[in-house]
Amino acid sequence: MTTATAAGTGTARKPATMAQALGRALRDAMAADPSVHVLGEDVGTLGGVFRVTDGLAKEFGDTRCTDTPLAEAGILGTAVGMAMYGLRPVVEMQFDAFAYPSFEQLISHVAKMRNRTRGAMPLPITVRVPYGGGIGGVEHHSDSSEIYYMATPGLHVVAPATIADAYGLLRAAIASDDPVVFLEPKRLYWSKGDWSPDRPDEVPPIGQAVVRRPGGAAVGDTAPAGGRAGRGRSATLISYGPSVPICLEAAEAARAEGWDLEVVDLRSLVPFDDETVCASVRRTGRAVVVHEATGFGGPGGEIAARITERCFHHLEAPVLRVTGFDIPYPPPMLERHHLPGVDRVLDAVARLQWESEFTEGRAV
Amino acid sequence: MTVLEQPGAYRPTPPPAWRPRADAAPLLPDAEPYRLLGTAAAADVAADLLTRLHRELVHGRRYNAQATALTRQGRLAVYPSSTGQEACQVAAGLVLEERDWLFPSYRDTLAAVVRGLDPVQALTLLRGDWHSGYDPRDHRVAPLSTPLATQLPHAVGLAHAARLKGDDVVALALVGDGGTSEGDFHEALNFAAVWQAPVVFLVQNNGFAISVPLAKQTAAPSLAHKAVGYGMPGRLVDGNDAAAVHRVLDEAVRRARSGGGPTLVEAVTYRMDAHTNADDATRYRTDDEVEAWRAHDPIALLEEAMRDRDLLDDRSVEAVRESAERLAAGLRERMNQEPVVDPMELFEHIYADKTSQLREQAAQLRAELEAEAEAEADESEKGAR
Repeated sequence: MTTATAAGTGTARKPATMAQALGRALRDAMAADPSVHVLGEDVGTLGGVFRVTDGLAKEFGDTRCTDTPLAEAGILGTAVGMAMYGLRPVVEMQFDAFAYPSFEQLISHVAKMRNRTRGAMPLPITVRVPYGGGIGGVEHHSDSSEIYYMATPGLHVVAPATIADAYGLLRAAIASDDPVVFLEPKRLYWSKGDWSPDRPDEVPPIGQAVVRRPGGAAVGDTAPAGGRAGRGRSATLISYGPSVPICLEAAEAARAEGWDLEVVDLRSLVPFDDETVCASVRRTGRAVVVHEATGFGGPGGEIAARITERCFHHLEAPVLRVTGFDIPYPPPMLERHHLPGVDRVLDAVARLQWESEFTEGRAV
Repeated sequence: MTVLEQPGAYRPTPPPAWRPRADAAPLLPDAEPYRLLGTAAAADVAADLLTRLHRELVHGRRYNAQATALTRQGRLAVYPSSTGQEACQVAAGLVLEERDWLFPSYRDTLAAVVRGLDPVQALTLLRGDWHSGYDPRDHRVAPLSTPLATQLPHAVGLAHAARLKGDDVVALALVGDGGTSEGDFHEALNFAAVWQAPVVFLVQNNGFAISVPLAKQTAAPSLAHKAVGYGMPGRLVDGNDAAAVHRVLDEAVRRARSGGGPTLVEAVTYRMDAHTNADDATRYRTDDEVEAWRAHDPIALLEEAMRDRDLLDDRSVEAVRESAERLAAGLRERMNQEPVVDPMELFEHIYADKTSQLREQAAQLRAELEAEAEAEADESEKGAR
């Protein structure tokens, strides 16, 4: 039995895991388009070390789902040639840190071929990268490598946080004529949700963030009358991929403290949806960016700068970041101290200069 | 079908029953570079092929000289000459069918031109008005690759894809001796052999990676010997013998076309010019060495063999020389025209659709350009007064 069929064949919504939804996305893309080819290490007979490609080689043959030699530059480099000839390769990098040997191909060719050829030769390649920590992995198995990808013009960088998005965004990535680095949060692979593989939720095109949890929920009588009207004790949590569930949990916990937190799931780091992010921050007046990647040089710095440039006069407090420390990813027994958790997010929320708003409110 | 169902697939067996999967001996290159010109076998080479090779060699040398001259006039940012290597360049440009693909490096513009590419388009990268000057599909020539050996896996992937689609297409990938040290060389050859992809790798061993000689590059008996480790045949050929290079490449292309898999060809040649116009070769090699190679000049070797067969006389040599001059003059004239560059194009080809960030930046640049144009207009108005 394949992963895809395990996810169910009826239209009823049933519990499914993100790994199953990703597998189903690959299967449906391969069935819909014979030019879609999956290649990588252990993706064939084994079905991938996370079983995302389970059943594909059996269903489509080993020329459509190919076990390659163990060489990431070779995998991506040959995918470039395949794409040049009109195929639509989907490559799997087994783990975040194992993708590094392929960087020259990614940065010097995958990202640049369209521009180099003045649009004549786009490369519709999807690079799937199981990424991030929280799975007890030993060294080289838990990196947040998105910072390298998002610094490379020409790549789209996508990270789903929900099962529906995992399916929809992967289908969109494969259908895209631009190369997409598709970051799969490893620790969400086994997250479960009700999902119908035959009636997948509509997913907007790559590049649109979503407000995963709207603000404006009743938070009791703690909201002061002062400050800008209607904002109360609100703030926006901005994150993507594995940090979205943390933010949702933090937002829920914050209710008890009288904070009304909006959660924005970026879905894609490139393109970056300034509009959705800024609209939320203008509503709430405060923002915290949450991600596992290191803070120094990480996505949070870019996001904070963008918010400051665009929403300065709407801000009640500096944009704060809750990130992994500026250290190599720790060994598994220490990783919980490194990863941004609910408490660290709430601590940051508490530091959003609420007092000044009260002061401002009294002055009015 | 998965590996468990494949009949005859390799299964690990404990020693002493374990054996190597194939006999290495048939894959080994010849003891010395294969030669045709100056040997009895030269008599059998088709006359029209020799005539064609000769014309392209002479044109090619003139093209290289012209391109180098264009760097001095500021018309090219840089030019890595293939003077001395014309036999490899010309044979590579001629040996393929129209539907096949060529994967050149930055030193291989001549091969691309021989294949039919407009020299101005081939030189766009080196002129600097864009990173590549042609649609790769027009002549089935991949963009010139500057990062060494990175184009080799592309050739393998393309050839593999063509075979999966049932198309009769062979890819020929060019690389230098220095490039064989890159990881991508290894990965490309390994993938090609495992997939039995219809691809031919031509290593132009010109003796130097900029300044570093082969002895510091590899301890392999020859670069062609590297093929054995991948399970493909290695061929060693005199890279200044145009007929021999063409013959060896042609055999490899035929082999690939008939499903025989990849071949590694090492052509032993010499870069007569410096690495580029910006390099000083006297810092790492002697005049004596250069002169020894000048005595083994690809054009002289071919002309001697052709004169022996009465395929060439002073008049025909002069006629080819004149047509080469005409080509050079045409190239010079076209390269002396100022290329049209559009700064706004910088944002055009990053993605299928511009991101909002790129739209903002394009608007910023457009405003800068308009301000610049306005300032210039003001300047010239002042000047007019």
